[in-house]
Amino acid sequence: MLDQNAVETEIPEKENPVESLLRMDRMPHIWCPGCGIGTTVNCFARALEQSKLDLDSVSIVSGIGCTGRVAGYLNLDSFHTTHGRAIPFATGLKLANPNLKVVVYSGDGDLFAIGGNHFIHAARRNVDMTVICVNNLIYGMTGGQVAPTTPVTAKGTTYPYGSYDPPFNLPYLADSSGAVYVARWTTYHVRHATKAIKEALARRGFSFVEIISPCPTLYSRRNRLGDGLDQMNFYKENSVIKNGADTKDVGMDFQGKITVGKFVDRERKTYRQLMNEHLTNVFGEQYTPYEG
Amino acid sequence: MKANKRDVLTGAHFIDGDHAAGEGAIAAGCKFVAGYPITPSTEIVERIAARFPLVGGMFIQMEDEIASSIAIQGAVWAGKKSMTVTSGPGFSLMMEHIGFAAITETPCVFINVQRGGPSTGLPTLPAQADMMQARWGSHGDYETIAIVPNSPQECFDLTIRAFNLAEEYRVPVLVMMDECVGHMTEKVVIPEADKIEIVERKFTKKSPGEYRLYDTNGTMFPEMVKAGDGYRIHLTGLTHDEKGYPAMSPKVQQKMLRRLVDKILTNEEKLRHIEEDQIDDADIVVVSYGITSRVVLPAIKKARKEGLKVGHVRLVTVWPFPEPYIRELAKKVDAFVVPELNLGQIVHEVERCAAGNAETKLVPHAGGAVHAPEDIYDAIKGVVVHA
Repeated sequence: MLDQNAVETEIPEKENPVESLLRMDRMPHIWCPGCGIGTTVNCFARALEQSKLDLDSVSIVSGIGCTGRVAGYLNLDSFHTTHGRAIPFATGLKLANPNLKVVVYSGDGDLFAIGGNHFIHAARRNVDMTVICVNNLIYGMTGGQVAPTTPVTAKGTTYPYGSYDPPFNLPYLADSSGAVYVARWTTYHVRHATKAIKEALARRGFSFVEIISPCPTLYSRRNRLGDGLDQMNFYKENSVIKNGADTKDVGMDFQGKITVGKFVDRERKTYRQLMNEHLTNVFGEQYTPYEG
Repeated sequence: MKANKRDVLTGAHFIDGDHAAGEGAIAAGCKFVAGYPITPSTEIVERIAARFPLVGGMFIQMEDEIASSIAIQGAVWAGKKSMTVTSGPGFSLMMEHIGFAAITETPCVFINVQRGGPSTGLPTLPAQADMMQARWGSHGDYETIAIVPNSPQECFDLTIRAFNLAEEYRVPVLVMMDECVGHMTEKVVIPEADKIEIVERKFTKKSPGEYRLYDTNGTMFPEMVKAGDGYRIHLTGLTHDEKGYPAMSPKVQQKMLRRLVDKILTNEEKLRHIEEDQIDDADIVVVSYGITSRVVLPAIKKARKEGLKVGHVRLVTVWPFPEPYIRELAKKVDAFVVPELNLGQIVHEVERCAAGNAETKLVPHAGGAVHAPEDIYDAIKGVVVHA
């Protein structure tokens, strides 16, 4: 028997602890049930709170796609730019005002297909920014086309018989391009991911956090991998934590083991430091530092 | 507001148009330039890269023109005046971000030192074949302002004007140079800083609670803010409402787009910048712009000597096009002769505005050199003058 009283009992509404960081006037969001992007936003919001940064100084920049919509839901200075170009926009923003904390938040297709060139160059320069990539292994918003991260044999609408297009290993790409901080977690690892974002935000230089995330509507369903919960169980059972792993060994196969952890944590001078030091050497007192 | 003395190289210089444009940007208060060098515009960024460490500016050589054209917009929203510089192939790559600047109303400057095209075309030789691209190149409806210098002096003067117009009208402003003007060396007089008028960015005085990103306060232009000031803005290339939030409905699209277009078109007369010569008694008017406006002079002189009543209208502001002006002029004259370093672009605007009231004759040139004045003279001779 159903307890009628229980139905009528009001459950006290707890305030969403990250609500102050969200633009509640833009809810409901566009993401599907079971999608992992919201989980990553929660991790990010908590990391931001823990970081004790002045939130007025934090800017978030997104490209286009499902994850590209993150900028629109965060109650920060937020920039929803063009497809693939979040990083060069963020480069201009950060270099023009070094007091800003600049975070790029976008998807795998946006950052590594159309935006791949910008990613490697910003990492090479060591522009001071944190790049968070929600990697759902597919183009979600446009209907499930393969991305440069889609594992070989996984199906997308544009490779309906399974992909044979070799994917990027994102941590390896970030590492070899010069990122000072590189970590990968999944949406199952909310505490680890939160900590990684917090650490990335604290680094000076180009930091990169990849979060593997389910796309139940367009990746899991087409590949018969179940729903969002099934994907979380998969992450739980198949993730292998290897902090300090050599990034060239962390590539992902279709439904294979996922190596997660903090892979790179090092110091390099930022673009701005390099510029100021060099031009001071050249010009001495004549050098007029950029009025950021 | 006047230019900052430190930024201005007051004096008489013997420099080319590219260098002069670079000095113009610096004098205008530009503090951030991102570029991917391309002939024949390279000297502009080289000038800026050499000078910026002495005047507190930042130049960054980006990985391509796409990155350059969006990096400058990031810098604008961080509070800086910003510019990028290119030529045809790079201009093609920048189109998406001219659209982004138009829809987000990001004030910034693009200089295109035009060379022959299409594609790689004629890297070191002139053309004026990107004029329609300047107007229509990015997808969708939008308006920009395009101004066209014809001398190194004007490369300096009009680059300053471009920065001022960008702030005033909240649009990307396009300085449409060409290889000849860019590489031509002439005397350039840079005035005292306090003689150079600078339009400062109009930052809002409203509190974050009152401010809305696209509230125009009864004018056509919203007020600016910058990242880090506590306004927590949301900027998007999606169709957006007054708050800046995405709102994809025909109603919001109509309202947003109408203002983006009207803020320029209804101010056409204010933006109009033309030079007239001998048009009071003219039967024939040569309409030209850029380097071609100098090439036409001997042709007009020769025709005048022979008794032909020929006048000259030089378009300095090409976009928005001075439609009412040409419409009225067409009622008074018999013909327009339009020489341009392309196979017919601005001539279509002239012909449209002439609306059959005056004959319109193109003097085409595929680019790679300027016209021979004789060709323009022959075209003048060839039009029919009614008694």
